[in-house]
Amino acid sequence: MIRAKNIFKSFGTQEVLKDISIDFETGKCNLIIGRSGAGKTVLLKILAGLLTPTRGEVWYDDTNFLTLGKQEVREIRMKVGMLFQGSALFDSMTVEENIRFPLDMFTNKTRKEKLDRVNYCLERVNLKDNNDKFPSELSGGMQKRVGIARSIVLKPMYLFCDEPNSGLDPKTSILIDNLIESITEENNITTIINTHDMNSVMEIGDRINLLYQGKLAWAGNKSEVLESDNELLKDFIFASPFLQKLRQAALEP
Amino acid sequence: MISGLLYHFGQYLIMMRAALARPEKISMYWKETLRQMHDIGVGSLIIVMLISIFIGAVSAVQFAYQLDGTLVPSYYIGYVVRDLTIIELAPTITCLVLAGKVGSNIAAEIGGMRQKEHIDAMEIMGVNTAAYLITPKLVAALVMIPLLVAAASFLAIMGGYVASVPTDLVTQADYVKGLRSFFVPYNVTMMFVKAFVFAFILTTVSCYQGYFVKGGAIELGRASTNAVVVSDILILLADYIIAIIMTQ
Repeated sequence: MIRAKNIFKSFGTQEVLKDISIDFETGKCNLIIGRSGAGKTVLLKILAGLLTPTRGEVWYDDTNFLTLGKQEVREIRMKVGMLFQGSALFDSMTVEENIRFPLDMFTNKTRKEKLDRVNYCLERVNLKDNNDKFPSELSGGMQKRVGIARSIVLKPMYLFCDEPNSGLDPKTSILIDNLIESITEENNITTIINTHDMNSVMEIGDRINLLYQGKLAWAGNKSEVLESDNELLKDFIFASPFLQKLRQAALEP
Repeated sequence: MISGLLYHFGQYLIMMRAALARPEKISMYWKETLRQMHDIGVGSLIIVMLISIFIGAVSAVQFAYQLDGTLVPSYYIGYVVRDLTIIELAPTITCLVLAGKVGSNIAAEIGGMRQKEHIDAMEIMGVNTAAYLITPKLVAALVMIPLLVAAASFLAIMGGYVASVPTDLVTQADYVKGLRSFFVPYNVTMMFVKAFVFAFILTTVSCYQGYFVKGGAIELGRASTNAVVVSDILILLADYIIAIIMTQ
């Protein structure tokens, strides 16, 4: 479980996050949603330890992450995987080298053990036999899947996904969502996904947190989304007339 | 302006402290160091060769012109080309050129990694990014740049020979006599001290410019330019300081 407690974050005079407190549950897909500029990415980066909050606490289970020393932070990070918006694959390395990188850097496994683990991860994301390709030879969806493979190669306990569906077609988006969901359930990972893809919200949103102007505006699960009277949530999720009609149809007895 | 300079200097020191931390895995750093040695050393050899030969050639021709009609013996051409090259031109000009070639390349490479979130991806894995991205480049530069400077001084002397002996500005015997006259081994030490200091400056300044880049393509271009400009200024300043210290 990851817990954000009273998180504030300012850049200069601009206050981006204002008193955010959220519990992200283990074995579930915890979503952070909100309009552009709501502070989603900043919150995700604070939770992942890439940014330091101005005030507040981040707990990884029983450990206050922000009070840890460098070595302890490194130990926690060995248990963290992250999928970046642009995949962040190393251009000069092949798919295999990209996925193997954390194994090379942090483990003393033999070459065969590493290759077995890389192949397992590639198989898990349905990219078997793509070991020797470079990121530039892959489609956006394939790059995301390689990113997922790299993020799970060290068997993480916590998985962060920054807009995993951005730039992908609806079909590939569903594929990525389902992949993240199944990996989360299989390995009992605490997964935090930052998205504004409504399909993801309704498909995999075990726990949904809506940010609005740096504040937590609503929290609930996907079944509560339809019934909620929260105006900000309705305005954000059912933004188009088409989606509003869908909501009405779904609510009709 | 002073507060800005102090801010950057502080950031630079913090980055260097992180960069000199114990590596997570020596073999990974070694692999990266070898790649950088190839990029910096082999990748810069042709440009260094060309520049050195022409510098030596021009020095010889210009000095021969200065000597024309004077009582200074012509073998001084070889002597002046040798000392000019070893003491000043080989380390300084080579490193100014390398600041342009290697420095801008380092800033663009690291800055690009910052913008494409590669550095964040490594941080999340637990990699000390300052150490992994900077130390191999620094070690490679400290090994390869003095070698390039040594090669540059040799080639400049050869360039002087090619430009002055076949054109009868000086006889072969006089040029060689000049090369062997008044040789002070200490000058070679000075050359290597300069090469080490300049290599350190151009590598770390370029890494700093790339590592802390923010924004998009324009900022990346600016970081690359700053890497060259700041490195060049600091190299010339260091050149002056080393000259004062080592010639007293």
